[in-house]
Amino acid sequence: MKNGLMTIQERMALERCVMPQLAADVRIRSFDEVNRGLGAHQALMEAKRCLRCRDRGCVAGCPVGVSIPEFITAVASDDLPRAARILRGDNELPAVCGRVCPQETQCEALCVRRIKGDAVAIGYLERYVADWAMSNPDRLLRDPAPTPTGYSVAVVGSGPAGLTAAGELARYGHAVTLFEALHDTGGVLRYGIPEFRLPKEIIDGEVEFLRQQGVVIECNVIIGKTLTVAQLRSQFTAVFIANGAGLPVMLNIPGENLKGVYTANEFLTRVNLMDAGRRDDNPTPVIKRREVAVIGGGNAALDCVRTARRLGAERTMIVYRRSETEMPARIQEIHHAREEGVEFVMLTAPTALLSTGDGWVSGLRCLKMELGLPDASGRRRPEAISGSEFELPAGVVIIAVGTVANPLLTASAPDIPLNKFGNILINSDGATGVPGLFAGGDIVRGGATVILAMGDGKRAAVTINEYLERS
Amino acid sequence: MFEVIRNETIGENLHKMVVSAPRIASARKPGQFVIVRLAPGEERIPLTISDADPVAGTITLFIQAVGASTRKIVGTRVGETIRDVAGPLGNGSRIINWGRVACVGGGVGTAVLYPLVKALAQAGNRITTIIGGRSAPSIILGDELSPLSDSLLITTEDGSLGTKGYVTEPLRDLLADPRRVPQAVFAVGPVPMMKAVAEMTRKQGIETIVSLNPIMIDGTGMCGGCRVQIGSETKFACVDGPEFDGALVDFDGLSDRLTSYRTEEADSCRASECRIGLGKGAP
Repeated sequence: MKNGLMTIQERMALERCVMPQLAADVRIRSFDEVNRGLGAHQALMEAKRCLRCRDRGCVAGCPVGVSIPEFITAVASDDLPRAARILRGDNELPAVCGRVCPQETQCEALCVRRIKGDAVAIGYLERYVADWAMSNPDRLLRDPAPTPTGYSVAVVGSGPAGLTAAGELARYGHAVTLFEALHDTGGVLRYGIPEFRLPKEIIDGEVEFLRQQGVVIECNVIIGKTLTVAQLRSQFTAVFIANGAGLPVMLNIPGENLKGVYTANEFLTRVNLMDAGRRDDNPTPVIKRREVAVIGGGNAALDCVRTARRLGAERTMIVYRRSETEMPARIQEIHHAREEGVEFVMLTAPTALLSTGDGWVSGLRCLKMELGLPDASGRRRPEAISGSEFELPAGVVIIAVGTVANPLLTASAPDIPLNKFGNILINSDGATGVPGLFAGGDIVRGGATVILAMGDGKRAAVTINEYLERS
Repeated sequence: MFEVIRNETIGENLHKMVVSAPRIASARKPGQFVIVRLAPGEERIPLTISDADPVAGTITLFIQAVGASTRKIVGTRVGETIRDVAGPLGNGSRIINWGRVACVGGGVGTAVLYPLVKALAQAGNRITTIIGGRSAPSIILGDELSPLSDSLLITTEDGSLGTKGYVTEPLRDLLADPRRVPQAVFAVGPVPMMKAVAEMTRKQGIETIVSLNPIMIDGTGMCGGCRVQIGSETKFACVDGPEFDGALVDFDGLSDRLTSYRTEEADSCRASECRIGLGKGAP
């Protein structure tokens, strides 16, 4: 090493950092964030692991195309203001993405260092830079305010797609109004993702940044009810619809309406948005029981089961009809859940929810499954083993098997093209075909990830900007 | 922020509040509701919009202050604000000219019934309105409903106003009278009342519409907490309702789900009484 610069060999010799975490026995008693964030030296050394390769596979793997080697290089040279500026230039919600993106299947999956070892911890570095920026507003390099274009855009929904589109559009100088149906911003980021993965002050910080960019936010406005899409189209030059896929899917098995049975959305909304169960004097209640079973294998299922654990459940179970390999949840979340004592009841399909006759759920009747040939999703199809019926006890059962398109908005605007599932149809750049009307996020995709929704928001903002320049 | 324009006590634990909410006042149709959250940290409470004045930009809510959260809402003074009012939610009522209709309201359900009666009267229906409650102070909106109805019948359980008994008794007479039998019945009130009405009309095949008020959080279809069994299907009251065909509703299931938080609510009432020094014994 000369002049503080490292050779490739020296960089290659550095090992991937380990994220400091709250110990499992501590964190199951609180909603404090599990991952604590890298320290300054850790981040500096991790940044030096980046080889600045020509392939830039990481950038190709990022749905919003963050200039990853550039921001990491800035971290490596200890220039955090520049790192923050590069990151923010490409990503409207870096502190969110640094926490909840599945980097292991995106940017980090394509990192050249994986060929001989571990990928650069891109997600951890993104979070490090974003958190630094949030706590050092005075040191940020700010771009001059854009010249107002005179065009106005309505954005429907303040989840990841809406927030991203709003931020990007504001940068172009358009007047952006963001409409949110709930009483607070963030959409699924706030009502869906628990604070032990994404603290509310992070969402607040990202939203505040957008406000400073001039984005106007109106909560308690349900498009399709309070205002129609037609009203928005007459009041704004363009409209971007990103109202999410809010309708929970039920299993359609007996007993789903018993007391103590929740959908993931209801359980998470009670606890995350309404603070149920977290303070004794909180007015919104949530049912707490000793044994809690969560049906499903995605991130929402993991969020539910770990939340139930923190609300005091002694036995918490993930009940999933395939095996752990097929679980769509992030590996880190599965790992954290296991550390927290969650049981994984795999290859198990519930056939009925049981009650002792008092109206309350008491357990699940299940069938053991085995994996057959791959199905349309490419995963091996679970098939029931005959005669394998058994019961699991549970005083709370949470159904976390996905969501479908919420028809509230689209039902009020019949000219919006939909597919057979009720999702809005768009072309590859986010336009619906109806002039001035664009869409993205889960209302288009069905249930997907935060970062894919953000990618939609970013792409739609480019399309909307082109549309406005033409108009 | 939504300013409280008027706040009057009109019955036992019952308040009439007029709130400034111009967009909701313009968009609202009879049968729809709002979700109200008084302040940060408070509960989201679904409340039927009883009336609206699009010109003044106000909506009228009748609020029965029985829980900790509703007591705080009715404690808001004129000129003060409610943090969150979201709506109008749910579907508007299907209002057509049926000919003769009976509108049956129990307790605070009468407040939900009132906009229906108004719309049905405007559509040219001839209406028999039957409202009931425990005793005289729980009978509301008689003066407003009377001019909209061909006849207004009142029942109280203690006989302190109108006929002693339940709303189902005058309804039974009506159903038995070929000259007065209605083509449709609207019923809003406690679940056992709506169940009793639906059972009576089912025998004669008279279309009966009930308005359900299950436990609800977001009111936009997102949480599924308000699910009710309608025939062989599970429906969400917030997006599929709140009005349903009374012949198909699983009233027992609805009753049971409404008790999900009985323990927690009793605790919360006690806690709030301790804090704000209301009353002595908790319910």
